[in-house]
Amino acid sequence: MPINSNAKLNPNLFDQTKVEQKPSRFGFGQGLVLAGEADKQVVALCADLTESTQILPFKNKFPERFIQVGVAEQNLAGLASGLAASGKIPFIASYGMFSPGRNWEQIRTTIAYNEVNVKIAIMHAGISVGPDGGTHQAIEDLAITRVIPKVVIINPCDYIEAREATLAAAKHPLATFLRFHREPTPVITTDESNFEIGQAEVLFTPKDNRKVDVVIFACGPLVYRALLVAQELEKQGLNIYVVNNHTIKPMDEKTIIELAKIAGAVVTVEEHQIAGGMGSAVAEILARNYPVPIEFIGVHDKFGQSGLQDQLLDYYGMGVADIKEAVKKVIKRKLKI
Amino acid sequence: MTHLHEAKIKQLEETANQIRQDIIEMLVEAKSGHSAGPLGMADVFTAFYFHILNHDPQNPTWAERDRLVLSNGHICPVLYATMAKAGYFPREELKTLRKFGSRLQGHPHRPWLPGLETSSGPLGAGLSQACGMAYGALMDKKKYNVYCLMSDGEQDAGNTWEAVLWAGKNKLNNLTAIIDRNNIQIDGMTEEIMPLEPLRAKYEAFNWHVIEIDGHNFAEIIGAVEQAKAIYEKPVLIIAHTIPGKEVDFMEFDFKWHGMPPNKEQATEALKQLRTLGGKIKSEHE
Repeated sequence: MPINSNAKLNPNLFDQTKVEQKPSRFGFGQGLVLAGEADKQVVALCADLTESTQILPFKNKFPERFIQVGVAEQNLAGLASGLAASGKIPFIASYGMFSPGRNWEQIRTTIAYNEVNVKIAIMHAGISVGPDGGTHQAIEDLAITRVIPKVVIINPCDYIEAREATLAAAKHPLATFLRFHREPTPVITTDESNFEIGQAEVLFTPKDNRKVDVVIFACGPLVYRALLVAQELEKQGLNIYVVNNHTIKPMDEKTIIELAKIAGAVVTVEEHQIAGGMGSAVAEILARNYPVPIEFIGVHDKFGQSGLQDQLLDYYGMGVADIKEAVKKVIKRKLKI
Repeated sequence: MTHLHEAKIKQLEETANQIRQDIIEMLVEAKSGHSAGPLGMADVFTAFYFHILNHDPQNPTWAERDRLVLSNGHICPVLYATMAKAGYFPREELKTLRKFGSRLQGHPHRPWLPGLETSSGPLGAGLSQACGMAYGALMDKKKYNVYCLMSDGEQDAGNTWEAVLWAGKNKLNNLTAIIDRNNIQIDGMTEEIMPLEPLRAKYEAFNWHVIEIDGHNFAEIIGAVEQAKAIYEKPVLIIAHTIPGKEVDFMEFDFKWHGMPPNKEQATEALKQLRTLGGKIKSEHE
């Protein structure tokens, strides 16, 4: 198996009947409780979405450290800024469309520019939020947060990594965005897996390291689809790396350049507009350091609509078939150079 | 109302006058910036930094200090001039306002200048932060007070009212907000741009206690803040009625001076008026 054994992934990963499915937002909920136990300064603020954002377990455990803000996301950000200036470690959570969608300037000026340590949980990210439709599908949030200096942005790939990212964020000195998803998705990592902010993890290594065809950089639950593609194409004789590129900022430039040099072709996979997201960040790094052909998997300049998770991901270009096609296309482009 | 000795009031008035002169000198040197608001709020700032605030300019990160959050960052010349006068940084640095590399940014940038409680400029965001600071103090049973200075123009902003609603809900008795009610904003008179009246009734309806004062009368400014400390069940708003451009006759009440600095001649005339207290005394230069 070319699964990287160092990554200590779920042994049932490719057994679709056995692999456990859990929403990454639940990992945030659990991680927040653990962070609250570890540090009394951790407080949580919510804008009338306590249960769906999974702030609820923290609220139940630490009611005196929970702050209800009502439907007022600009105030949510400003209050957190003031609390952080008073020595607290505030976590704020709302749907991505509202935070950072509605309060971008407050986050930019009163948190990032003001250099106070607030943790911003972006919930219900991506198109997979499903039946709520286009108004609630945050597929622009990475683009609008990635351009803010002095922040960290993480899009964990599953429930366990979501928990670890939340714990790591609580200890990090910079304002941090954490991006989570609503629907259950496969649990890829285990309690033994490594998670470090800013360090991309190689999950899948090619059989033949001397003839690598492509490297796939993925983030969020779509990492799973990238792994399925690698497993299948490996059987057809392709040599593929799959990297969990969970930290969008600061991105692990070293790993990205190193593997792009080895592979000579890149596919990026994310649940976001292809403009301005994780793939764009990879492209910026490679354009400056080692240009190679890149194909981008994500939403191609469209708004979403109501539907089911898989249905929407497949329709908007993030299906397993789309990733496979992108791999084949980018290899062809590489050969032409 | 607190009893203030006449000598103390006289001293505060003199300090405010010197701060107004510093504001004019900063603005003419910077060649851009806001004139009317800073001059109008010089008395309120003087009252805070030279009488009301429990603070230590030599130890600006002192955990027990009172917090003064300036929400309408564009009037920062008065904040900088007052802070320099109080000893936070050397007065010579005032001349660097709005210049490259200066700690005195065109709008306040907290990480660069010790003593600033926040970075502000985009309007309507300060009260939320002050609420966060006040709530943090209550959570930790800290005794300090949080003051938020706002403009009347930023009462147009939805963010302001989100915070007003939240402060009322949480009965933030350690929070006092002060609105600089000078009736002007960049595009004209507030009641033409976006009528705010009845402003007092709006805040009262949101469960605030409201006090209205003459923002140039030290006994009233200080007395209102003292009264605010005694109000336990509600956050307090002090509506400070001020004259924009106060004590420079050609700037007073004129919204054109909201976002404009004086040129050299205008500055000379303004300084002459300030140094002679509007012609009441002879300047040392005459």
